[in-house]
Amino acid sequence: MRNPLSDKVTQIKPSGIRKFFDIVQEMDDAISLGVGEPDFDTPWHIREEGIYSLEKGRTYYTSNSGLKELREEICRYMKRTQGLTYQPMTESFVTVGGSEAIDLALRAMTDPGDEVLIPQPSYVSYEPCAVLADAVPVIIELKGENDFRLKPDEILEKCTDKTKILVLPYPNNPTGAVMDRSDLEAIARVVAEKDLYVISDEIYSELTYGSRHVSIASLPGMQERTIVINGFSKAYAMTGWRLGYAVGPEKIIKQMIKIHQFAIMCAPTTSQYAGIEALRNGDEDVAMMREEYDRRRRYLLHAFKEMGLDCFEPFGAFYAFPSIRKFGMTSEEFATGLLREERLAVVPGTAFGDCGEGYIRISYAYSMDDLKRALERLERFCSAHDRRHEVSSA
Amino acid sequence: MAENRELRKKLLTYIERNARAGLDELAVMFGVPEIDLANEWKSMEEEGFICGYHTMIDWSKTSIEEVSALIEVRVTPQRGLGFDSIAERIYKYPEVQSVYLMSGGFDLMVILEGKSLQEVAGFVSNKLSTMDSILSTATHFILKKYKDHGTILAKKPEDTRERVSP
Repeated sequence: MRNPLSDKVTQIKPSGIRKFFDIVQEMDDAISLGVGEPDFDTPWHIREEGIYSLEKGRTYYTSNSGLKELREEICRYMKRTQGLTYQPMTESFVTVGGSEAIDLALRAMTDPGDEVLIPQPSYVSYEPCAVLADAVPVIIELKGENDFRLKPDEILEKCTDKTKILVLPYPNNPTGAVMDRSDLEAIARVVAEKDLYVISDEIYSELTYGSRHVSIASLPGMQERTIVINGFSKAYAMTGWRLGYAVGPEKIIKQMIKIHQFAIMCAPTTSQYAGIEALRNGDEDVAMMREEYDRRRRYLLHAFKEMGLDCFEPFGAFYAFPSIRKFGMTSEEFATGLLREERLAVVPGTAFGDCGEGYIRISYAYSMDDLKRALERLERFCSAHDRRHEVSSA
Repeated sequence: MAENRELRKKLLTYIERNARAGLDELAVMFGVPEIDLANEWKSMEEEGFICGYHTMIDWSKTSIEEVSALIEVRVTPQRGLGFDSIAERIYKYPEVQSVYLMSGGFDLMVILEGKSLQEVAGFVSNKLSTMDSILSTATHFILKKYKDHGTILAKKPEDTRERVSP
């Protein structure tokens, strides 16, 4: 029998998270700081809209690009948060989560051999999606000493005449890093100089602490070079609804919609009705959740300091990315040890790229009570394995 | 001062739901020095913004019998005193949990947490109805509490999220 599989697919290495997930699954008593989704339920008024749409029998396909009303709300949202004007019918469309939009953007914009710059540590799907699109992923290893912000020199170092796309994953999963306006201005200059396009994954845009998120598309000359990807999962605690969107220049959006209509047809109808309600009346919910995350974030950083865990201050998403170098273990050894000894699951930094070595991702999408319980275990593990501690007590 | 107001609002909103959080913990969570927080707290107690600390108990889950009733009361307001004086006579009874002045079909809403049905009945017929300016009462017993003080009293749902996800 012939090999039924494509080489391209089989050569993609499985997600590092998957492997870890399998170990955790075997342990019933393990608690976790490993999730990548909010702990809040979707606000009730949003769920209620979804239910109401079902009751009214809105159980059919929508147009490929999504409900007109939803696209109008999406464009209004871009206007009021970033001052950006997009045409609902031609420059926006609704996807099955932000992850579909990542896939589509890469497929719509690359030819075989085109190079895609992917800063890491970052979300797990950019690299495989680039490979599936026959593009060549080129990894930029972000540095801890820069608080994992992307620097223009790092782009220039990796730029060749094949480079076409820059993936910009901020606010960042797993590091919690954000890019300020001035950071983005420096990136925008290089992008224009090298004639690149940007896929800006802004799924955590509502979850920043201190200053509001700035989209690179809002900088002069950048709107025409940027596909902005966003969605409802993180801001409105709607991960299970699978609802996202992309906005950008008409000629790119048009081709993305073409793939979407053949591969997906349309995003779930129920979710789209709920999404309209989220954008219209969800601001207060987002503010409430953001405040709660911020309190936990401060609590977490304080706890790290107390237990001697080095961590830069993350201003976005709901993750912290402490360094575990001083324990003399790899990320995977640390995470596995923590799981076996203390029954606490965290994600090793290497799941988000090789340069995540020496770090672990800690999620604070947990209630304060759960967080406290988990941090007690982390502290116990840290003090048991602190090498300096061993030396001084010997 | 404007900053204090913001802090006060944040603090009050938070401790209204969770009065057990320690000062040290709150100081960390709100990113303010503990001493400032302690001062702010103290003055809010003195000014009467914070007027007590209570424990929310779902009595129905215990074996202790507890009957609660809402009583709609219609009264004749008194010249010069309005409803305040009659309200005072009612709220001074320790078994009275809350008294509100209402708009609409009746005047005072009295919430009673008695120990038994007889005690509630006794309170209404002997104490409340016999007061001079009271015109009528209507007593409603609470059969089941679903949500109280913003807290849903059903069993807390489990965390059903996948324990590790990207």
